[in-house]
Amino acid sequence: MTVISYAKAINEAHRQLLATDERVFLIGQGVESPWCVGTTTLGLVEQFGTTRVIDTPISELAVTGSAIGAAMTGMRPIVFHPRMDFMYLALDPIINHCASWHYMFGGAVNVPVTIRGIVNRGNEQAAQHSQSPYSLYCHVPGLKVVAPASPYDAKGLLVAAVRDDNPVLYIDDRWLYQTEEEVPDEIYEVPLGKGKICREGADVTVVAVSYLVKEAMTAAAELAKQGISVEVIDPRTLKPLDTDLILSSVKKTGRLVIADPDNPICSLGDHISSLVYGSLFGSLKTSIQRVNLPDCPVPASTSLEKAYFPNYQSIIAAVKRMF
Amino acid sequence: MSGSINCPPQPPQFRNDGLRPDEHRKLLATMMRIRVFEERIADLVLEKKIITPCHLYTGQEAVATGVCHALNSDDYLFGTHRSHGHYLAKGGNLKAAMAEIFGRATGCSKGRGGSMHLVAPEVGILGTSSIVSGSMSISVGTALAESIRGSQRITVVFHGDGVPEEGSWHESANLAAVKRLPIIFVCENNLYCTHLALDKRRVHDNIPEMAKAHGFKTLAADGNNVLEVLAAARQAVKTARAGEGPTLIECRTYRWRGHVGPNYDVDLGLRDQQEIDAWKDRCPIKHFGNFLVDEKIMTRAEVDKVWQEACAEVEQAISYSLASPYPDAADVTKNVYRGAGQ
Ligand SMILES: Cc1ncc(C[n+]2csc(CCOP(=O)(O)OP(=O)(O)O)c2C)c(N)n1
Repeated sequence: MTVISYAKAINEAHRQLLATDERVFLIGQGVESPWCVGTTTLGLVEQFGTTRVIDTPISELAVTGSAIGAAMTGMRPIVFHPRMDFMYLALDPIINHCASWHYMFGGAVNVPVTIRGIVNRGNEQAAQHSQSPYSLYCHVPGLKVVAPASPYDAKGLLVAAVRDDNPVLYIDDRWLYQTEEEVPDEIYEVPLGKGKICREGADVTVVAVSYLVKEAMTAAAELAKQGISVEVIDPRTLKPLDTDLILSSVKKTGRLVIADPDNPICSLGDHISSLVYGSLFGSLKTSIQRVNLPDCPVPASTSLEKAYFPNYQSIIAAVKRMF
Repeated sequence: MSGSINCPPQPPQFRNDGLRPDEHRKLLATMMRIRVFEERIADLVLEKKIITPCHLYTGQEAVATGVCHALNSDDYLFGTHRSHGHYLAKGGNLKAAMAEIFGRATGCSKGRGGSMHLVAPEVGILGTSSIVSGSMSISVGTALAESIRGSQRITVVFHGDGVPEEGSWHESANLAAVKRLPIIFVCENNLYCTHLALDKRRVHDNIPEMAKAHGFKTLAADGNNVLEVLAAARQAVKTARAGEGPTLIECRTYRWRGHVGPNYDVDLGLRDQQEIDAWKDRCPIKHFGNFLVDEKIMTRAEVDKVWQEACAEVEQAISYSLASPYPDAADVTKNVYRGAGQ
């Protein structure tokens, strides 16, 4: 075990996957760039060469499609997008092709590709350089979606995504790149579809996604001082969702806050609400509270960004509305 | 890094083409306003007074200036993430752009857009897009609308050498050509796309040939020579207004600063200093100023005065921006839709 950052954990996962599985290769805009992917691809070109660590022209559609095609032959490509905003240019290969392929051909061909979408927001970058559309991809049949919130999960989920026989969208968040914790030195998997209880509590369940997990932990510590015991759950995999974990927690606490940093309408939060209302309607003590981005594009100015992005205070406020 | 494609040829060669003195002065003034605007922003980014990512146009001033001089105020202009120069050259309000870059409520996009998303509908700028190739198809749309209307308004879309790597560029080019739309693609080939030089992204250095294959007329101009750019633009504008279809103008130039300013990307090992110095020697403004003085179109003192006026105007815009309020956080979700309740 070594204490490393979230960014280093992603880097290590790439390195160990490339070193242990010759089917793995990495392709995307900016592997060689000092700024595009933070430090997550640092040193990979030097170690594995440009045949397996491939920088590309600005051609999201062709690059993503090519990774998908390579996956159909049994390779295990990781194709990454330095920002999820730019990944929209590749929606056709991802949704019409990759996600449907296995079903459409009766299971004859599978697509073990990992698509890495990076969330990079803040610092007044505005609507086209700030998006985190987790939910949009959860909506698509045939995709699995993971969103690690800690260095341990960042490493283990990337390994699991690459080893899975299906297309997996792996969403990492640059706001978390500096977060540090102890991470095993060897290669390991965090199983897809399994959430985790980050903190146990009795009064209210907070299901939080990505950077809001950290904020939820801060909120929980604060609320504990005020006598409210919060259970924090990180689903880690957004699809397939660990519904058992969420339902059993809410059954215990009777209260639920969903904190997902995405636009609210037709979202993951909507999905979790409908699940919980559908299964536990009678055992809820009060209505579900939500913490999201507003139904609005991302603004530039810092004064607006502060109002736009939720933080631990938004979570505390949501919890307090329930008592 | 610096393969042969990156070595600049000789300095810009100007020919006195009979422009009126006030036009020469305007070209110089526009380039200087852009230069001062960008270089002051570089300082302010370093001082952390400006937060929004700024992709600076320093070095490329002759392209926007020459092209926009050939346009009417109501012609449409589309740009990119690197559009401060396009906006200013087209006649966008300098103070409103500066305030936008400072994230203020008085900015042209009311603080919602930042450096990469400038707007000035009053001079034909319906908004710049920071998605590479994002403007291409939309600019075909304004050209389409005006051709349906049967008006004389044309559209110009500026794009970098990276943009033809996107499918959208090709689809837009084909559509514009097959419908003979009144549009001009201005390819600012500054040899780099973020960290990658042209030869790492393309087998052939042949963007105009691709446009030609789609049915465009093509022209080339030294992107550091404002008169050459202007002459090419005038020809393309004439073609477009005559209903003779689209033209691509390739302007070879160089951005002095790094991909996203204010640094030079030398420390990062992306470009070498010699290459930057060679291009700085070809400064579009310095050489044009010298030409005007040599040809006795302006005196040195007049040239200097234009520079000082640009400096004063930019300083005023900075003070104006600093004195402007930030957008009210309570308004964050305003303007999503037009209409009741917004
Ligand atoms: C669809 C998309 N992909 C990637 C990016 C990231 N990006 C921003 S600017 C840029 C380079 C553009 O290069 P070029 O078109 O040559 O223009 P220049 O920056 O040289 O002016 C890239 C890759 C983006 N903004 N949009």
